[in-house]
Amino acid sequence: MADLSTNFLGIKSPNPYWLASAPPTDKKINVLRAFEAGWGGVVWKTLGSQVKNVSSRYSAVNFNGTRVMGFNNIELISDRPLDINLREIKECLKEFPDRAMIVSLMADNDRKSWHELIKKVEDTGAHGLELNFGCPHGMTERGMGAAVGQDPEIARMVVEWVMEAATIPVITKLTPNVHSVVPTGKAVVEAGTNALSLINTIQSVTGIDLDTFVPNPYVAGKSVFGGYCGPAVKPIALKFLATISQNETTRKVPISGIGGISTWKDAAEFMLLGSTSVQVCTAAMKHGFRIIEDLCEGLSNWMDEKGFATIYDFIGKSVPTLTHWEDLDINYHHIAKIDQDKCIHCGLCYIACEDTSHQAINLEYGKPYNTYTVKDAECVGCNLCQLMCPVTGCITMEEHRVAPEYINWKDWQAKGLPLNDH
Amino acid sequence: MIQNNRLTKEQYGHNFSDIHPPFETKDAALVEANRCLFCYDAPCMKSCPTGIDVPKFIKQITTDNIKGSAHTIFQSNIMGAGCSKVCPVEKLCEGACVYNLMEEEPIPIAKLQRYATEKALYNKWQLFKRKEPAGKKVAIVGAGPAGLSCAHVLSREGIDVTIFEKESQGGGLMTYGIAAYKVTPQFCKDEVDYILSLGGIEIQYNKELGKHITLDELRNEYDAVYLAFGVGLARQLDIPGEELEGVEDAISFIYDIRSKGFDKVPVGDKVAVIGMGMTAIDAATQAKRLGAKEVTMLYRRTKDEMPCTQEELDIAMLDGCEITWLAAPKEILGKDGKVNALVASVMKLGEPDASGRRSPVATGETFTLEVDMVIKAAGQMPFEKLVSANGLQHKSGKISLNGNATTNLDGVFAGGDCVNGGKEVVDAVQAGKDGAAAIINYIF
Repeated sequence: MADLSTNFLGIKSPNPYWLASAPPTDKKINVLRAFEAGWGGVVWKTLGSQVKNVSSRYSAVNFNGTRVMGFNNIELISDRPLDINLREIKECLKEFPDRAMIVSLMADNDRKSWHELIKKVEDTGAHGLELNFGCPHGMTERGMGAAVGQDPEIARMVVEWVMEAATIPVITKLTPNVHSVVPTGKAVVEAGTNALSLINTIQSVTGIDLDTFVPNPYVAGKSVFGGYCGPAVKPIALKFLATISQNETTRKVPISGIGGISTWKDAAEFMLLGSTSVQVCTAAMKHGFRIIEDLCEGLSNWMDEKGFATIYDFIGKSVPTLTHWEDLDINYHHIAKIDQDKCIHCGLCYIACEDTSHQAINLEYGKPYNTYTVKDAECVGCNLCQLMCPVTGCITMEEHRVAPEYINWKDWQAKGLPLNDH
Repeated sequence: MIQNNRLTKEQYGHNFSDIHPPFETKDAALVEANRCLFCYDAPCMKSCPTGIDVPKFIKQITTDNIKGSAHTIFQSNIMGAGCSKVCPVEKLCEGACVYNLMEEEPIPIAKLQRYATEKALYNKWQLFKRKEPAGKKVAIVGAGPAGLSCAHVLSREGIDVTIFEKESQGGGLMTYGIAAYKVTPQFCKDEVDYILSLGGIEIQYNKELGKHITLDELRNEYDAVYLAFGVGLARQLDIPGEELEGVEDAISFIYDIRSKGFDKVPVGDKVAVIGMGMTAIDAATQAKRLGAKEVTMLYRRTKDEMPCTQEELDIAMLDGCEITWLAAPKEILGKDGKVNALVASVMKLGEPDASGRRSPVATGETFTLEVDMVIKAAGQMPFEKLVSANGLQHKSGKISLNGNATTNLDGVFAGGDCVNGGKEVVDAVQAGKDGAAAIINYIF
């Protein structure tokens, strides 16, 4: 049985799964339930100046009958009195000393406010701090949240203030509402942050009610941009994460990965791209804390299969395989193959290729079942048919190298090899 | 003893309730609709005699475009609502669904089709618009599926249609010849009304060809005539005792159930049903559901040759009907003019006949069933006299076509059961469309 225990800058947790700073970590009652269920740690919902929330707060994107492919919120930071939050953090720490307790912070935009808030939080015995530089709604208008994270110099300044006061590890949470997370990531690492976490939510409009014409979530006939999260944002989060893992400055600090993690597979992917711990919110909000069981068991079984004794055996393992386009091997070629025994004759491969790709699939008419075969010479190996096929393993991509040697685009061009050959 | 009113009102209600209940909720429909893979050149669509674009109408359910969904169905099959209840989908669309090839349950296409079409029917959505009047008029004989389907297509083209129907209600065998637990009389009426709501179609009820109107009159008064009068007479068994009281024809038995009310239809204690087609099943199951104590179905061949589907056979077996394979009626015995027994020959299969099926041959062995009622469901006979009297070319009463729904008489077209001898409702609907296309081609 693989060892899932995690040591993040000395912050220990029995597994790499932390609940992200969000409604599930806003109160003692929730956090105790999470710890009882087996979560490795929590990032307590952001503490800061007093706010007032609105009703409603959430909206979602459903897809093909599946609910909450994407999730969106316009909730602010914790709207409970600071002293109650601090007292409850202390109580949770006492009951579950083996779990990671990180507290998310968003102080008013001055040095004194940050120093005071950090002092109060450290007094609870919390293990770490996470700086909320990412909240995309409500707080930005007050010069906080994403307003800080979007400007590397402001972020650098705030981190410098924080580091003057903090005695426990500081994780800076980055906003994805930028063209690249690297400039802010670099600035805060240079300013001394001990770690990074990403991504926060992505500004969004999830949909519009076609009867009232008002976007959701609905608040008295109006709506605002919200923060988008859930499975839909995972690919975007992985991309941002990869850029942080690739940059020589930002990759020096540990990363806590966030963004649409719902299953152990998602978690493994984040870790392969450099996350030490991972944070989960939407999946727990959809299913409850019980999902931690499979998150742990699945990851552990996969690690056993792969021969990984600890999570440190594979963190960052996939980072070197992400390269630049111009370094890809032009001589690599593969061709789709349809297994006629598995084919159910749905024609989805054919119509995708015929209408939108390379007309590389042949249709032989039958009643009621047509036969579909790949025209090898026309197939560019794009994967489209395989992606559309509803039967696992029916369409496989078979390697047919153009030539044995590696050649990239730059060399190809330099040698004057033919272009537009397809 | 043959008697009516055997059950309580509640028992009748239970026995004749909808055998394929609809989706209870939109969410339930969406679970199934979202399973649909949206196949290209879909096997389900190719297996539908009317060629309904099944993936499209299911997709439209998932996008909350129910009007579009109903339009997609009705465009190909104006009786799409009724067909969703009576089609043997296990051998048509659902039987071809690619999920079968994954050993998974097929998409419940009929149930989804019912979901979309009933919404259109009961909300009275008018999804078609007639073209400007074309100044042409067509007479149709028979307001069954073929006639109504033909009429709807013609009316959409701006042609005025008059249908002559010998019964007092439209719908044909849909209204009169199908088990009541599949379609209710009220539904059949609603469906006919919905079809007529397009406008431009008038039905003259209780007008029978050869009795109240003649083909010559119609040919003189109209630009074209479409014959869709179906089949009618039950095939005779031609055995001694067929005239005894208690020997009934399945079609009139079902007709009575549909038109008189469950408690008004007498049924025996012990009933024998001859035949193993869809009508035989409908007669046997309904005899049981009316309160018959024992129902035995006799078929002269084996299960491999039976004309009904496995699904239909299952209904009969679950209703407790006895099935006797390789048994042909030889003689009906009676006492005081009433049936009291059926003598049947034990058969065996011999050489293949014209239909390609092995033909049954008597072994010489017989057995006797004590019964007080015999229902004949060994097929229906075309109206051969009517057909030949009007100079129509035919094959044993079935009107012969020269391609394109055209008969040997100029301006006279035909389709449906009167041509094919008796097939499914969905086949008749397609025949009506073909007839309309031929007529439009002829008169313009």
